[in-house]
Amino acid sequence: MTTEELKNVKSNLVVDARGTACPGPLLAAKKAIGDIESGEILEVLSADEGTKNDIPRWCEKVGHEYLGFYDEDSFSRLFLIKE
Amino acid sequence: MENSTELTLEQLQKQVELLQKKVGKLEKNRKDQLAIAIVSGDMDKVLAAMVISLAAAAMDTQVKLFFSFWSLSALRDPKKSPKGKDFISKMFGIMLPKGKDKLKLSNMNMAGMGPMMIKMLMKKQNVLSLDEMFKQAGDLGVEITVCEMSMGLMGFKKEEMIDYPNLRFAGAATFVADAGESAMQLFI
Repeated sequence: MTTEELKNVKSNLVVDARGTACPGPLLAAKKAIGDIESGEILEVLSADEGTKNDIPRWCEKVGHEYLGFYDEDSFSRLFLIKE
Repeated sequence: MENSTELTLEQLQKQVELLQKKVGKLEKNRKDQLAIAIVSGDMDKVLAAMVISLAAAAMDTQVKLFFSFWSLSALRDPKKSPKGKDFISKMFGIMLPKGKDKLKLSNMNMAGMGPMMIKMLMKKQNVLSLDEMFKQAGDLGVEITVCEMSMGLMGFKKEEMIDYPNLRFAGAATFVADAGESAMQLFI
């Protein structure tokens, strides 16, 4: 998805993991994914650069659909659809 | 003509069955599981093992840790002091780090300055502390097995180990069995 498309995405749940470094954001996402239904959208806020690579790999392995990310000033927003 | 097609069909069926058996065996042999033998008691190495374990657990991979030799120091609970140790065990107990907070660095230890600095940096960069990592690992179902033999060697007692869900005490064969059925095995 392009940044413009991602900016219009309505997330069902936003998890703020900006206060943790690797593997904190992944742990936060893993916990949060249990709180939404299949087909719903999870948005992860992360200030950890590695997360941009880690979340897609997690999605690939577990089966969630990774939509992409865009950068804010000091962090990134990552989007995925629960399997 | 008819006979020969039946025969090949039968052969095909047999081959499929054989393959199914083999695939079943493979699936059973290599689970989505990570087994790590942690032998080092250095803070940086235990840290690496825990970070990898947490990432794997978050990715739904079953994680089985086998703590052996120097790494046992990380599992000692500083609040517990068991009684009835002989002289050598007591000496070992005093000389070895009592708990994960007291571990040394494999490099740049500088008489304890190194670990202090690393801990400061970890806090600043929002890296989970070892304490928090063990807690998260317990919540995520990471299994920990303590090497019974090393424990005896160093004179550590079960009573001085940390409170961790389902802490197991076992021998090398347990690690070999865990590693054998894991898709990933590491030695740290």
